[in-house]
Amino acid sequence: MSNRRAPFSLSIYYFSIIAFLYLPIAVLFLFSINTNTTFSFPLKGLTLDWYQKLLQADAVLRAARNSLIVASGSSFAATLLGTMVSILMMRYQFRSKNLLLALAALPLIVPYVVLGVALLLLFSVIHVDRSLLTVGVAHTVVALPYTLLIIASRLAGFDASIEEAAMDLGADYPTTLRRVVLPLIFPAMVSAWLTAFTVSFDEFALALFLAGTQPTFPVYLFSQLRFANRLPIMIALAVLLMIGTLMLVFIAERFRRREA
Amino acid sequence: MTTPIQTSPKSARFGGGASLRKRGRDRLSTFWILYLPPLIWLGLFFLIPIVLMAAFSFRADTYGALFENWNLGLNQYATVIATGSYWRLLGVSSLMAFAVSISAVVLSYPLSYFLAFHSGKRAGLYLVLLLVPFWTSYLLRVMAWKIMLGTDGVINSLLMYVGVIKEPLEALLYNRNAVILTLIYVWIPFAALPILAALQRIEWTLFEAAADLGARPYHQFMRITLPLSLPGVFAAFFMVFIPTIGEYVTPLLVGGSRGFMYGNIIQDFFTKAANWPLGSALSMIMLAATLILVFIATRLIKLEDLLQ
Repeated sequence: MSNRRAPFSLSIYYFSIIAFLYLPIAVLFLFSINTNTTFSFPLKGLTLDWYQKLLQADAVLRAARNSLIVASGSSFAATLLGTMVSILMMRYQFRSKNLLLALAALPLIVPYVVLGVALLLLFSVIHVDRSLLTVGVAHTVVALPYTLLIIASRLAGFDASIEEAAMDLGADYPTTLRRVVLPLIFPAMVSAWLTAFTVSFDEFALALFLAGTQPTFPVYLFSQLRFANRLPIMIALAVLLMIGTLMLVFIAERFRRREA
Repeated sequence: MTTPIQTSPKSARFGGGASLRKRGRDRLSTFWILYLPPLIWLGLFFLIPIVLMAAFSFRADTYGALFENWNLGLNQYATVIATGSYWRLLGVSSLMAFAVSISAVVLSYPLSYFLAFHSGKRAGLYLVLLLVPFWTSYLLRVMAWKIMLGTDGVINSLLMYVGVIKEPLEALLYNRNAVILTLIYVWIPFAALPILAALQRIEWTLFEAAADLGARPYHQFMRITLPLSLPGVFAAFFMVFIPTIGEYVTPLLVGGSRGFMYGNIIQDFFTKAANWPLGSALSMIMLAATLILVFIATRLIKLEDLLQ
């Protein structure tokens, strides 16, 4: 990093793009406190009514609760599986290692529409009704690469000789994992969990195929887009959820950076 | 990575003394506990669905229940190949993805350059400023553009209020340009990250040496900065291109029927049109295209270069 003065035009450019990036978000926020159900200039007036009406909108809140359930469950599973794969990746050598790693990383590449319809096929064939569970299963698969990456980089960050020392002192390997490795990677696991949570909470492309009769919040939001008069309530909740997600991301970053 | 603890369970078993043998057994049983759950999960919910989809794409017709009376055949692929509009849509989607990735990379390069070389002590703050929109819900950002571009949306009503236009512009929303604009908007912060990583790894001494030898800033940029940041530029390009070509959500929201992409016909065949074998064949082509792209990308970019 240098302290050379930025050319004026470069700074102008940077902050114009920043303004461009924030503009639509600001519009959303204004929309949620706008008296009209359409967003057109000049604004007629500002109100907090939509936030108040939100408290009585049962279906909206149910959808938000569904998303919470799916996100908590799938992020827990993805963190658990991610921890397992990262320990295998960093501490074991075995023949099918590359295969397992490829399998765990590929969901990052496969288009969501392809994975979505493939899972839809699977659940139809084995006669599993679409529900929050099927959405959660899909989210676990796509969140796994993220949790794997976060936890594996933490494992790479400390010396395996600590584990050796524990075992020389008589601990068996499971005890070493439990008492030495897990406490060391715990911050990374929290960060991985939060990241997986936000990935799932926001996810729409897979959930649209797999949600069935229990919509998650993004799916519900999408289904309500046709009804203009309900839009401000939806946006109001979306703004609240957005603030919540942002806070989670910041906490996740904190945990990831700690002692990193 | 040569510490003894990282030896394979097998070689540890032949390691000698009693405690070592016990240690090997421990590690071996732990291995299976760690190995089986992820393998089973990914096998059941990732590998098998895709294999099943591949099998489905060889079903000749939609008659019979899901798993009965299969007539096998290549006619779904024959249909795809014979239908020019599918190929056109795949071509158009690739072109759109190309336009989006090139624009996102070009627009974000100066952002990364600013962050890497000219942001001074406030680099961290400026970076967070760039990333907050990226961390905001994807669906919401796309929806925001729907509100911006709509017939009674922000841009139209603002222009009418100011008096530039009398009638709302219909051409803003529900076409390919709206999809491209929205996707560029969505990807800008994301594309900046690999470029920034590449710029930050350039050795300072190179610039000093170039300056000592009399290179002007323009030449320094063309001969040092740009070539050395190319791995980041390529990475950014592919990190945007690959997810964009499989996109179907953004066209659904801001594209309308005129802004459809390849992903949307797959979605249609699995929902409205209910022709799963044909949809599976189209998905397999999409998957193959994506994997080829990833293969090309890994040839061009060394992953280790970026992870350092």
